[in-house]
Parts: sequence; structure tokens; C-alpha cells
Amino acid sequence: MTARGWMAAIVLLAAPPASAERIVVQSTTSTAHSGLYDHVLPRFERATGIDVAVVAVGTGQAIRNARNCDGDVLIVHAEAEEEAFVAAGYGIERHDLMANDFVLIGPAADPAGVAGLPIADAMTRIAEARAVFVSRGDDSGTHRAERRLWARAGVDAAAASGAWYRESGSGMGATLNVAVGMDGYALTDRATWATFANRGDHAIVVQGDPSLFNQYGIVAVSPQVCPDGNADDAATFVEWMLGLDGQAAIGSYVVEGQVLFHPNGQADAMPMRSRPTR
Amino acid sequence: MGDLSAAFALALDLVLSGDPALWEVVALSLRVSLTATALACLFGIPIGAALAVGRFPGRGAVLVLVNACMGLPPVVVGLLVYLHLSRAGPLGFLGLLYTPTAMIAAQCILIAPIVIALSRQVLEDLHAEYDAQFRSLGLGRAAVVWALIVDGRHALATVALAGFGRAVAEVGAVMIVGGNIDHLTRVMTTAIALETSRGELALALALGVVLMALALGVNAAAQGARLAGARHAAV
Repeated sequence: MTARGWMAAIVLLAAPPASAERIVVQSTTSTAHSGLYDHVLPRFERATGIDVAVVAVGTGQAIRNARNCDGDVLIVHAEAEEEAFVAAGYGIERHDLMANDFVLIGPAADPAGVAGLPIADAMTRIAEARAVFVSRGDDSGTHRAERRLWARAGVDAAAASGAWYRESGSGMGATLNVAVGMDGYALTDRATWATFANRGDHAIVVQGDPSLFNQYGIVAVSPQVCPDGNADDAATFVEWMLGLDGQAAIGSYVVEGQVLFHPNGQADAMPMRSRPTR
Repeated sequence: MGDLSAAFALALDLVLSGDPALWEVVALSLRVSLTATALACLFGIPIGAALAVGRFPGRGAVLVLVNACMGLPPVVVGLLVYLHLSRAGPLGFLGLLYTPTAMIAAQCILIAPIVIALSRQVLEDLHAEYDAQFRSLGLGRAAVVWALIVDGRHALATVALAGFGRAVAEVGAVMIVGGNIDHLTRVMTTAIALETSRGELALALALGVVLMALALGVNAAAQGARLAGARHAAV
């Protein structure tokens, strides 16, 4: 090959792919890592011909990326932040999509003796026992929920940061790996735990408390703020996810006999937009 | 040790089963990192050669800067490229974020200092050796640079391999600018990070073994080409 041929080959290899109809979903990690999207998205792609690219990061980062217009749809689990995102004009409207629950996991020996307690008592007891608790520490949806639970239990966990309270500053899976390695407790969502392979001798110690409810929301990014986005396909996606097909797809994702995400979207609550003609 | 042997067995299994998902990821890894290396060499080696031959005020400072940039943290490079390619950034209109092109750009920036600094060192040594000869021939700057590059090609191949090694092994930059999107921007290192965060440690390690085999293959191919070239030259 000539030098010019080599140059052409390099340029060709570096060139971006022809953009098909594609939307970018900025998502929390639990939905992606648990395999939910692998179960749901092929159905959507078959039905509509729209490709969905999922960027799975923590809720905080997902919202920041969406604010930069680097996503067309947001699927996260921090309702207050989602509402703020919409109120600031970045999103069109926030909808409930599905729910599951947080669980407290801990070593089988349960050094703080919290098994079966209400979550607030469990967290108080962990603090009193100064048992190792591994926090996400990354502003994610789970981290926010965890801080809410500490506040409700009246514990200033952050003050013990570096002592028994350890902030991993990383994703859910990495945090669970640390918790397992340190024989510590950690808060996670049921879907992530159910599909997490490196559980060691850890198990769920607290679950079923109403304050452990975990709601996921879906928001389409506003074309007014992000005119270069793919708003039409994003609207199609949100409608589909909230509609019968999407909700049925979510509800039919079962791992080890349990439904990991309970669909609770309300398609009726959604104002139908005028469909663009294609 | 159980995990380790399980990982090797799993790696062998993955490779032998011809899992199309694995090959997709392997192919993208090779494409991204080889292209980034080629681009970095295309610009980096001439710059390194110019630095080796040229004498100008502030040269020492430039060398220190380039050498320091060999230690650029991938995450920082990823963030910088993200901020530029983000729709909110100055190059957002290109729509390159979350594409292999963005990953190539990030890795290229990451390894360019390595290519520049190492080729500068290699060619400067060579230049010292041949300086008198070049002078007697009365060669111009450009001709000297070209002669050095041609003569130093074997050492420069090693420089390119060092750049490739850094590119194919990094995860921080491609994770941020590529997004680790399945079938689109997932490469070996981001797949390894993903499996680690799923707690699939054996699978993650198995992918690591495959990645090492890949690096071994590229280096062996380079070595083979070098030997073939040497034989050719000897005939």
C-alpha cells in the first residue's frame, strides 16, 4: 500500500459510523447490569427499528450527562433530582416507570445483629456497633437513598468516614465487591444483588421496610434545550416503555424466580404528543 | 488460586466457542487501539524527530513537558475529550461522543506524548551517532529527519508497540467518551470493568487473559514483520 493508501485506511478506520436512527439513554447502572435492558430493548428495537444505546453510569452522572445534552432519555432513580431536571427545563416530563426495593446486605455472621430489624433501627445499630458499612459515596441514586436512611435514623455517618463508614466512591458493583472483601454492610437494590455473582458469604439482612421502596423514573430530554438530540425517537421510546408492551416486557424479566423490576408506569397519565409524520 | 485456574479455563472456553459477542469486542479493541497508535505515530514520530534534530530556545522545557505528559491519567484525558465532544462542548456539533471515533481520539491524545518522547530519545541517540556523516553529506534538516526515521525504524516499531500497549490497556478514557455501549463502543477493558462490577470476577479475569493474548499476538506479529524485514534486507 502507498503512504496515501495507508492514510486513507487510517482515516476510514477512525471515521464515525453512519448514524442510524439511534437514541442514547443515560441510565443508572442497576437496570443495565442486571440484564433488564438486554431483555427489554430488543423488543423495542424490533417493534420500531430504533436503536437504543445505553450509557450506564450512576444516577448523578447520568443527570449531568443529560444536562449536557449527551442523552435523549434519562432512566434513573432519584425522584427529586428528576423533578429538578424537568423544572430546570432539561426534561419534558418525569414519569414513574417501574419500582423495586433497596436491601441491606451484610456478612452472614451479622456482627451488628441487625437481621430482620426495621431499616432505621438496623442503621442505628450498625453505627453503634461501629460495624463496617461501605457506601457508594458517588452521588448516585442508591447513595442518595442511603443518606436519606441515615438521616431518618438520626446518624451522622459521614462524620465516621474513613472509620467504620467507608465511601468507595465508585459504582454499585465495585462497592459490593468492597463490602464483600471488608466483611461490611452495604445498601443496594434488589436487582443488582440478585444478579451479582461475587456475593461471598454475604446475604440480605434487612428487606421489606416501606422506606426501602425504590422508584425508577423516565424522562425525555427536552428538544428546546437540546435541539440536536433525537427527540422524536426519544418520545417514541418513552411512550413504548410506559405503554402495554414496554410495561409487560419489564414485568416479564425474571431472575431466579423473582421479578426484579415491577412496572408501575401510567401511560394514561401521559399527554399524547402529536406524532411526527415520517 | 481456584479463581485463577477457572479464569484460564473460561478464557480458553470463550475463545474456542467463537462467541460472536467476544469477537465483536476484540475487533473493536483492535480497531480503536491500532488506529489510535497509527495516528499517534503519524504525527508523533515526525514531531519526535524534529525535537531530536532541532535546536531552539525553550527546547528543554518542551522536552520536560512532553516527558511529563507520558504520565497523563487516562481518566483526565477522557474527561477533557468528553468536555470537548459533549453536545454542550465546543465540538459537540460533530456528534462524535459515544462513537469509536471519540475513543480513537482519546487514546491518540493519551499515547501521542509517549510516541513523541520515546521517538525523540531514540532518534536523538541515532542522530549523535550519524551527525558527522550527515554534515559531510551536506543534508538538509528534512532529509536528516527522514534518514533518521528510516534508519531507526526498528526502534520506532518498539515505540509504536509501547504506545499500543498503553492504548489497548487503558479503561478510563474509553469508558467516559465511549460509554461502554453494547455492540457500539464496548471494548475489552470496558467489558472487563463491567464484568467486575457485576461480580463476575472469573469472567472478567478470563477477558483479561484474552486481552493479554491479543497484545501478545500484536507484538508477535510486529516481531515477525521485523524479522522478515531484516531477512529481506540481508538478501
